[in-house]
Amino acid sequence: MAEQHRQPIESGTPDPFQYMHPTFIKNFGNWAYHDRPRPGVLHHVAKSGDEVWTVRVGTQRQLGPYEINLLCDIVDKYGDGHVHFTIRSNFEVMVTEESKVEPLIKAFEEAGYPVGGTGPSVTMISHTQGWLHCDIPGTDASGVVKALMDELHEEFINERMPNRVHITTSCCQINCGGQGDIAINVQHTKPPKINHNLVANVCERPSVVARCPVAAIRPAIVNGKPSLEVDEKKCICCGACFPPCPPMQINDAEFTKLAIWVGGKHSNARSKPSFHKLVAAGIPNNAPRWPEVADIVKNILRVYKEDARDWERVGDWIDRIGWPRFFELTELPFTKFHIEDWRGSRRTLNASTHIRF
Amino acid sequence: MPKDPKLHATYLPPMEEKQSSKPFHSTPNLDELETGPWPSFVTGLKRLAMQKDYGNMMVDLLGQLEHSYKTRLGYWKGGTVSVFGYGGGIIPRFTELMDSTGKPMFPECKEFHTLRVQPPAGNHYTTDMLRQLSNSWSKYGSGLIAFHGQTGNIMFIGTTTENTQHFFDEINDYGWDLGGAGPCVRTGMSCIGAARCEQSCANEQKIHRLLVNNFQDDMHRPALPYKFKFKVSGCPNDCQNSIHRSDFAVIGTWRDDMKVDQAEVKKFVEAKGRKYVIDNVISRCPTNALSLNEDDSLDVDNRNCVRCMHCINVMTKALSPGDDHGVTILIGGKRTLKIGDTMGTVIVPFMKLESDEDYEKLVELAEETIDFFAENALEHERTGEMIERIGLVNFLEGIGVDVDPHMINHPREISYVRMDDWDIEAEKWNQRKAEAAG
Repeated sequence: MAEQHRQPIESGTPDPFQYMHPTFIKNFGNWAYHDRPRPGVLHHVAKSGDEVWTVRVGTQRQLGPYEINLLCDIVDKYGDGHVHFTIRSNFEVMVTEESKVEPLIKAFEEAGYPVGGTGPSVTMISHTQGWLHCDIPGTDASGVVKALMDELHEEFINERMPNRVHITTSCCQINCGGQGDIAINVQHTKPPKINHNLVANVCERPSVVARCPVAAIRPAIVNGKPSLEVDEKKCICCGACFPPCPPMQINDAEFTKLAIWVGGKHSNARSKPSFHKLVAAGIPNNAPRWPEVADIVKNILRVYKEDARDWERVGDWIDRIGWPRFFELTELPFTKFHIEDWRGSRRTLNASTHIRF
Repeated sequence: MPKDPKLHATYLPPMEEKQSSKPFHSTPNLDELETGPWPSFVTGLKRLAMQKDYGNMMVDLLGQLEHSYKTRLGYWKGGTVSVFGYGGGIIPRFTELMDSTGKPMFPECKEFHTLRVQPPAGNHYTTDMLRQLSNSWSKYGSGLIAFHGQTGNIMFIGTTTENTQHFFDEINDYGWDLGGAGPCVRTGMSCIGAARCEQSCANEQKIHRLLVNNFQDDMHRPALPYKFKFKVSGCPNDCQNSIHRSDFAVIGTWRDDMKVDQAEVKKFVEAKGRKYVIDNVISRCPTNALSLNEDDSLDVDNRNCVRCMHCINVMTKALSPGDDHGVTILIGGKRTLKIGDTMGTVIVPFMKLESDEDYEKLVELAEETIDFFAENALEHERTGEMIERIGLVNFLEGIGVDVDPHMINHPREISYVRMDDWDIEAEKWNQRKAEAAG
């Protein structure tokens, strides 16, 4: 007899009201203002006069039952039993009495969890899966983030940056980590190494050909077998062929490097949203602590902190001071690779006499 | 030193309490990530490796991860795993690390799949529910949960093919559904919005659930050219990164005058000084729409305010969005692959969302967009790339939306275009203007 399968309940995205803090439900859509009494704490006041304090806590994002119970025990003992996760994996706990804030912070800190990430701070790094779970990673994700957040811990628990700093990491050039004030992304530097014995069995060749952004891949017979070949003069080493065709190995212990991009901004505040721009590349993929990445990131943050004005995001700041000054202040080399040559690239060139001396 | 070492991020039980049978592999690289002030995921993985049920799986997972740290290469491959009735939502992972005889070097984690599960709109949880999800996952998987992945899913990381079904059955019974993976409508995201934020101009969670839950068939049975993402932010601060990262961005805004509490403005000026207010508020307005008067009150040129949010972000008590709320809709944001990054483009400058009919119109626009995308995009092409290839006007005609100058930064600069229908097109504009005027 055929096995009876349970039919899925296609319930989709759950209704949040069943989990929401009761003060949120009561004042839904009727908030008056907010302020930040100290780093890591938000204070929201409703039009009804109700108040909510939110304590923001940094986590390792990947949580097991030990961490979940440890954090939830604190919330149950010192908070109101309701939590919220930010888009950057920060854990937020809401309370309706100011007197509960300090004990809550103390309990998180005693459990080894940093309180911060609000306002003009370096908040948690948004990141991907890396070697832990991705099928195409050039580097790790959680490890890079752990190593960097150890270095930036003081900037997470304080609010002493000109404006908020969103850092992202991505373990391949698809860049799931997204745009950031500072983005640390994989940059491959050699074309894929093709295992011609496997291509015909594993890859749908026309799809792979179509996937290449610069049309560098073409079908070929290699050693009597249908395969694919790459025009290495055209190849930009982006790795787009690797996911649909794993025998086109793009990752390399030595030649998979890291690049740093700055000035991405999601918000519409002041200027329109912007994409991040390349500032450094050729950085070794130096597990387990990626010290060369940390040095460059900390240097950029130091210069930003010294030179930017209040409320300027990294991109706003560079727009004001100009790119020559950015390279001067950070002492990063400016190379031919910084000059765009993708479609529409001439729009990125300076067609004016606007020059700072 | 922690006050109570047993209740601390760094806690690892003594080895005699280890319940898994397989001994730890040597992990000198990962061990380096157990020091430092930030909570360590490695210590977390080690705690999981000491568990009874899936401890051995995590012992080998640590072994494989350490191997990656040594060789700087990844060792997972995809495959096909799904639950009964669905075609997506699970990220299958099989180890590729084989010894010389072709057997897995780390056999206990040879299957290590992730289930993507849709979070509640706005990411609200109770501690009870977090514990319940954690308990279910410890029963059927490694216990490791990521809150949340970059598309917004809760990611339940690490289980066998067989257990994906058991785990899904259990959590699906108490209200949780799989998210999207592959060429389909993906899990949505929305900000905390109206629940806590005074800047919210929309009912984010309602928009999120209405849109995403309307397309559950397109989420669970991947059949689109490529992924399609909805993201909802309650104001132009766009905390959900929707312009960059979603095909269909819905962002709260307002069209009446912003609200100014002049008494609070004066208090702010008094507290911070005129120079601070001029340097950080007045002169930062992108359209020079603000002016500080001699008596420390504020003038706003609302017709030229572009709703960027900056002054409201700085003066949270004195300034706030107006009352005539609605949303702006932008289509076509995505990251690099394949043509380079594209941001969403304004398709609807302002849509009122008040009545049921208003919300129905929003869903209809999403349906038109996804239908057009399904029929016209190339394989593995996102909406942004499709629009780039066919041009915005063809896309607008396809979904039945009229052109609008809010959609552009500036008009055409290049004369190479055929315009013999100019009079007809100009007449359409005049007619629409006349209709709008009533």
